[in-house]
Amino acid sequence: MAESMTFLDHFEIWLRAYLILSLFSFLYKDNRFYKLSEHVFAGLSAGYYVGLIWQTVIVQQLINPMFDEGEWVLIIPGMLGVLMFARLVPKWSWVSRVSLAFVIGNTAGIYLMNALHGLIFKQLYATMGSISNSNGFAGVLLALVVVVGVISTLVYFYFSKEHKGVVGVTAKVGIWFIMIAFGAHFGFTVMGRISLLIGRAEFLFYEWGGSLGQIF
Amino acid sequence: MRNTLPVIIAFLAGIAMVISFFFNPERTVLGTFQENLLQWVTIVGGFTLVLGVFSIVRVNARAVSRRSDGWFYKLATVISVFAMAIPSIMPTSANSAFGKVFYSIFPISWAGAFGTGPDSIYDWLFNYVDSPMMETMFATLAFYIASAAYRAFRARSAEETLLLITACLVMLWRVPIGEALLRSIDVRIPDYINMFVMNGFNLSVQRGIIIGAALGMASMSLRILLGIERTYMGKG
Repeated sequence: MAESMTFLDHFEIWLRAYLILSLFSFLYKDNRFYKLSEHVFAGLSAGYYVGLIWQTVIVQQLINPMFDEGEWVLIIPGMLGVLMFARLVPKWSWVSRVSLAFVIGNTAGIYLMNALHGLIFKQLYATMGSISNSNGFAGVLLALVVVVGVISTLVYFYFSKEHKGVVGVTAKVGIWFIMIAFGAHFGFTVMGRISLLIGRAEFLFYEWGGSLGQIF
Repeated sequence: MRNTLPVIIAFLAGIAMVISFFFNPERTVLGTFQENLLQWVTIVGGFTLVLGVFSIVRVNARAVSRRSDGWFYKLATVISVFAMAIPSIMPTSANSAFGKVFYSIFPISWAGAFGTGPDSIYDWLFNYVDSPMMETMFATLAFYIASAAYRAFRARSAEETLLLITACLVMLWRVPIGEALLRSIDVRIPDYINMFVMNGFNLSVQRGIIIGAALGMASMSLRILLGIERTYMGKG
């Protein structure tokens, strides 16, 4: 790559290297380079969603169907969307509640059915089904671990009854399961972050190093 | 009016989704109605996100105009929002009415730079500025998570010891040298970690948490539909 790099290639690499180093500089202490990169990052991320929503929602799902296919009924969600901006005028901010209520109500309806049908019943079925579907000693042991784990975790998070007696013992088993699961999660997260760090270090050594070698 | 109308709309919108759930979306009117309502929610939700970005710009622009502390950084935020957003909403062809007017002023050869497609300004800024910063932000967490591990991984009780042992085992298992080390003790250890720790203990706790959260989600949804939960309306 170092043999055929253009000015734009060098610029892109140096820009990325500057941004990476400026963000890593926070590990020493807060500084102007970090603050500038942080604010640019926040701005670009906000702008990214504007572009994404504009192209995939406003243009594809509202403007094009309305003007190209004559789906004028879409003017209703369009108007509801515009009403959201009433929040910016204190006197009329209550009007935005109409749009918000529409979104919240719909979402509540979807979540209610998804929670019952897609999560609670499906997860319970998978848990109890693991016993009947298990094969061999290891399979039965695994199914028992899953059933005991699900029940004890649910009992641990049940705070309407004092954790004493049978409930207390089950909750104690639950906390052991939770600690093992959190340990596994923590280990996974650490390794994920480390692999990202290795990726950044590789970029700085190979790509930025290659550019540095070609320039100097 | 100000409080009752939103409650009625939330109830009707929610109950429509609940009822239409039981109907086939391809063969029944109610099923099709559900799909249309989902599209409507996406559109209104899209406007909500644009409103959020508008609010960010307004707050930062106000700070810049007042020259308050750190105004220079806030100016960088505003410029970044515009740099990413404006080229992305520009027309990419002269087919639409807006496109015809736009490209009667600007040369059509600029069309490739606009929109969100490959080689656009939006795409370039995402690949070479936004994405490297996002990855670096997450990579920076490696240092903080190591510091958190130092505090969390202390075997002061049976529970903490379980956390410590599991985290160490999983971290070892996830790197080739660690896996080789575990295999040198017993060739079945990596498989046992995968089977019992990840698909046994971890899975069961995830399921317990998912079931608990789903029960909470269902009860909260019911509260919203019945108008008991009104905090989304804010004050006034």
